Amino acid sequence: MSLAKITQVSGRGVTVPGNDIDTDRIIPARFMKCVSFDGLGEFVFYDVRKDADGKDREHPLNDPRFRGATILISGVNFGCGSSREHAPQAIQKYGFRAIIAENFAEIFFGNSTTLGIPCVSASAEDIRKLSAAVEANPQTEIVVDVDAQQVRFGGQAIPVTIRSSARDALINGRWDAIGELIEGLPSVRQLATTLPYLAV
Amino acid sequence: MAKTLFQKVWDAHSVRRLANGQTQLLIGTHLIHEVTSPQAFGMLRDLKLKVSMPHRTFATVDHIVPTDVFAEPYADPLADAMIKELRKSCQEFGITFFDRATGKQGVVHIVGPEQGITQPGTTIACGDSHTSTHGAFGALAFGIGTSQVRDVLATQTMALGELKVRRINVTGKLQPGVYAKDVILHIIRTLGVNGGTGFAYEYGGEVFDRMSMEERMTVCNMSIEGGARVGYVNPDQTTFDYLKGRPYSPKGAAWDAAVERWKSFASDADAKYDDVVTIRAEEIAPTVTWGINPAQGISINENIPTPAGAKDANEKASIEEALAYMKLEAGAPIKGTKIDVAFIGSCTNGRLSDFQEVAKYVKGRKVAPGVKAIVVPGSQVVQEICKGLGLDKIFSDAGFEWREAGCSMCLAMNPDKLVGDQLCASSSNRNFKGRQGSPTGRTVLMSPVMVAAAAITGRIADAREVFGVSKN
Ligand code: SF4
Repeated sequence: MSLAKITQVSGRGVTVPGNDIDTDRIIPARFMKCVSFDGLGEFVFYDVRKDADGKDREHPLNDPRFRGATILISGVNFGCGSSREHAPQAIQKYGFRAIIAENFAEIFFGNSTTLGIPCVSASAEDIRKLSAAVEANPQTEIVVDVDAQQVRFGGQAIPVTIRSSARDALINGRWDAIGELIEGLPSVRQLATTLPYLAV
Repeated sequence: MAKTLFQKVWDAHSVRRLANGQTQLLIGTHLIHEVTSPQAFGMLRDLKLKVSMPHRTFATVDHIVPTDVFAEPYADPLADAMIKELRKSCQEFGITFFDRATGKQGVVHIVGPEQGITQPGTTIACGDSHTSTHGAFGALAFGIGTSQVRDVLATQTMALGELKVRRINVTGKLQPGVYAKDVILHIIRTLGVNGGTGFAYEYGGEVFDRMSMEERMTVCNMSIEGGARVGYVNPDQTTFDYLKGRPYSPKGAAWDAAVERWKSFASDADAKYDDVVTIRAEEIAPTVTWGINPAQGISINENIPTPAGAKDANEKASIEEALAYMKLEAGAPIKGTKIDVAFIGSCTNGRLSDFQEVAKYVKGRKVAPGVKAIVVPGSQVVQEICKGLGLDKIFSDAGFEWREAGCSMCLAMNPDKLVGDQLCASSSNRNFKGRQGSPTGRTVLMSPVMVAAAAITGRIADAREVFGVSKN
């Protein structure tokens, strides 16, 4: 399986402020009643974007200035809670290509990487700078340079970090492990014979 | 060299190192359910792949099942499509499905242990974050996303980076009226919701040595709420006694060999840990959450935190956001807060011992007027045993609704939901905004006995006072 090498992602940004934004908030459980991920995009952050009657509330994703943004900016512990891949799937289907936050919950980070969504971490101070620039000019072009571990925007550059295994997987086009895992199948069968509980 | 259980099980299941430095890890047991697997089967079909070890894959249905009427088709066509899809995929790929008709259906993290599928020294994966529950048996049990469900279906392996290990000792003896749920809520409160990032939690110390398997499961279940990828307890005689005679446990000579093998996986006495935390059991009180993440907890006799008391701007913002959502007053006691709904169940606290313990106290008492109280056994097996013991009757006489097995109001993907901004005293594991089905619904997490005390008084209460348990 040949996958794109994701060395950098560029586009406009939008900040969804807050810490500990959990996957229940990213995609409420009732939208997980589906047998395919198609169509999840429109429900991203649904309960904070819409009121009880389904009308738009004040929310960055409803703000026309940020329409078409492809880079999501947020705070601490983004994506905590449920392991539902529906969350990064909804984010991706909505149109986001990268996420910049102070840090990420473990399973969310792994799920996102597997979908080819780079999740990079920046300091609170730098995220404030970036958000301020986006707020001041929503057209600001942001470059998330996964390879160089840097985010550039409006003439500024901030350092970001991404776990080395994820960086390697993204920039070398092996973020979806399935191909490599299949290659290992003969060794898997071998190892399985050493574990009595796997006997048929 | 001395090793932890984590390292031993990891080494025994490492297939090879992948190009990005992660490990291809063999997953011995794969548990699946209706919410996160249909898409994975779809991906498998797209890639024209087969299930690699169908005999090591076990399915159940839990999240979407109605707990009042079971007749199919379900009233909700989307839910109905999900169960049919799972049934079809299990048939197509030759996977054991604990469907309703088998009498073994239930929440996946309750079914695995009670069937004896969950065993020490094994690796387990499931497309559900509370897979950490199975760590109670000394297994490495990972909650995974759907793409990884696909990976495990197709190859019985997944790509994973090695974790650090934090040993959490709880020493001494728990006070009367303090439960396993309080232990884990206290740990999360102490270490934070992301304190466990990058770690496996190894729980030990006298308190864990004395705990039953069901109590250990309650603690391991919520490891994920503390940010840890997995949580486990070293296997011991309590573990073996629990497993003996279960449907999937080894039998005869194979049993003795298995026990010897299982023992060998326990952490060595002189194993080195990346971090060690020690908590004194005496410091743990009945704990309840007041906010919108599981670390926002306080003991029942403490006051709700104030933004002014926050240690930094981030925490201040979090407290303000939580108070606004929960409609609670900063600095006020949590005790006495009015509740609308009481829920006892979930993979955290939906096992036999949970219902037995609560039944002791609700017998002869009544749920407060205006409170909707529901009790949901975690599996059909738990349901049957409870009925045999007459517990269902004790609960219904007290005014609780006794339901059928499922996840129910833990995440409200079935018809059991909060309405408006109802406040629910809940024995489940997550108090996120909207978690229990209403975008403005409010959840207060606590032990099952504390939920019962809240149901009976109509307010968040100290169960020790309500039920006359001496504080010592
Ligand atoms: S009981 Fe709750 S936490 Fe457990 S598997 Fe079901 S929904 Fe998830």
